[in-house]
Amino acid sequence: MTDAASPPAAAPASPTENAVEMTGVSYGYDASRLVLRGIDMTISRGKVVAIMGGSGCGKTTILRLIGGQLRPQAGRVLVAGQSVPDLDRDALFALRRKIGMLFQFGALFTDMTVFENIAFALREHTNLPNELVRDLVLMKLNAVGLRGTAELRPAELSGGMARRIALARAIALDPMLMLYDEPFAGLDPISLGVVGQLIRELNDALGITSVVVTHDVYESLKIVDYLYFVSEGRIIAQGTPEQVKASQDPFVRQFVDGAPDGPVPFHYPARPYSDELAAYAS
Amino acid sequence: MPADTIASGLRRIGAGAIKAVTRVGFSARFFMVVLSRTPDAFRRGRLTMREIYFAGVLSLVIIMVSGLFVGMVLGLQGYDSLNKYGAGDSLGVFVGLSLVRELGPVVAGLLFASRAGSAITAEIGLMKTTEQLSAMEMMAVDPLARIVAPRFWGGVISMPLLAALFSVMGVFGAYLVGVRLIGLDSGAFWGNMRAAIEFWPDITNGIIKSVVFGVAVSLIAVFEGYDAKPTAEGVSSATTRTVVGASLAILALDFILTVFMFRGIGG
Repeated sequence: MTDAASPPAAAPASPTENAVEMTGVSYGYDASRLVLRGIDMTISRGKVVAIMGGSGCGKTTILRLIGGQLRPQAGRVLVAGQSVPDLDRDALFALRRKIGMLFQFGALFTDMTVFENIAFALREHTNLPNELVRDLVLMKLNAVGLRGTAELRPAELSGGMARRIALARAIALDPMLMLYDEPFAGLDPISLGVVGQLIRELNDALGITSVVVTHDVYESLKIVDYLYFVSEGRIIAQGTPEQVKASQDPFVRQFVDGAPDGPVPFHYPARPYSDELAAYAS
Repeated sequence: MPADTIASGLRRIGAGAIKAVTRVGFSARFFMVVLSRTPDAFRRGRLTMREIYFAGVLSLVIIMVSGLFVGMVLGLQGYDSLNKYGAGDSLGVFVGLSLVRELGPVVAGLLFASRAGSAITAEIGLMKTTEQLSAMEMMAVDPLARIVAPRFWGGVISMPLLAALFSVMGVFGAYLVGVRLIGLDSGAFWGNMRAAIEFWPDITNGIIKSVVFGVAVSLIAVFEGYDAKPTAEGVSSATTRTVVGASLAILALDFILTVFMFRGIGG
């Protein structure tokens, strides 16, 4: 287990081997409050890397910076060697064709069937004949075990099924990088296990790189190669699953053990309770 | 009144004014971007046709029924007033001019804002709330070209057609009341109308008004949806803003257009 200042154990020597590199990245939604402060992160090709932390710590913001939906106020974001904030619209869209993203609740297009959802990107970006599009869609659906749902509407799917369909849609263009935003949120144990297994298997079978933003420690430790812990906009710990399990870092221990109090306090900052009660009584 | 209360009030007014001006500027930029995506909307004509169906065809019932009843009421009220001056035969002229110049574009615009404008805002706002627009962006598909521009042009194309249908149904309603119910001469009703209403300026001005209202309502609807806060409350507020803003815009634009179109009258 390394602290934030140490070089990551999984970081490769050559930058060309990295799918994503973030150096000194800071970002705030308004000038007075920074969400991320000096993030350094290196994600090697072919790896499954988790970014973990409590709600509101800036995990999803990191994904949006990688995907070019946000521009950092300071620092560098490289994806496949390209500086994402410096790309113009066409170059950014060209890069995004190589990136798949699974959103927290799937974000399936509700006015389309499952089939049309998965065919969407293929039809938008290719001139493939309908027969080939159909075969590709069925292949993607088969990969997530839901070939039988092709004609259903998103409203007819369970949460776990919707997440798997969204995963099939995200890999429709065979991306080189997959971004997962809370893929385990709100899933039952079976669906959770299935989605976790799919993330790992698709990563290895397709030879892609995966970045998983999550706060599900148990499921993540089973499938990822490397983890970053983010708190209050900084990376405070990182390591392989084995290093995380063995870590004595108080934040990591609180997170892994699910302890209600610790470095992340149970109580939101407030005046002393006795003062508040006394003020009310008087 | 304490000085700090006055200062606080002034600050609030100033902040409100800055926010309003910022939104106007942002919506103007948004309008330019939507216009720049117009070739995409028409290149994929199927998308725009689909929006014409949702905004136009699905508004037919409320537009036609409203037009019929407005025309029938105009027939009754108009005949009552005109007959006092022995001009009952001019009912066709009165109804035709009222509908073609004013009531057709304005009332159809107000109904269009309520029926189609609110639906467009709610749909785009919900797509934003459920991250469908973000998903589209991440798939390298521009939501302004794929979602916003077809809805904008679907509304702009539908509005003049709906206003024309409203006027036609209104004239038919007045005919039912004036000729069939009251017993006016059918020839006088239609003949006077044909003699008094000219393609230029009466019908042309009505068409211009309905096109301008279509642009205003459609722009407000897509902008409010795209700019909505991604929460249930945000979408609800955006939908309300569309109906209120579009209705006020129609009434204000109607006055401005009327001033320019009929400035020669009386002069």
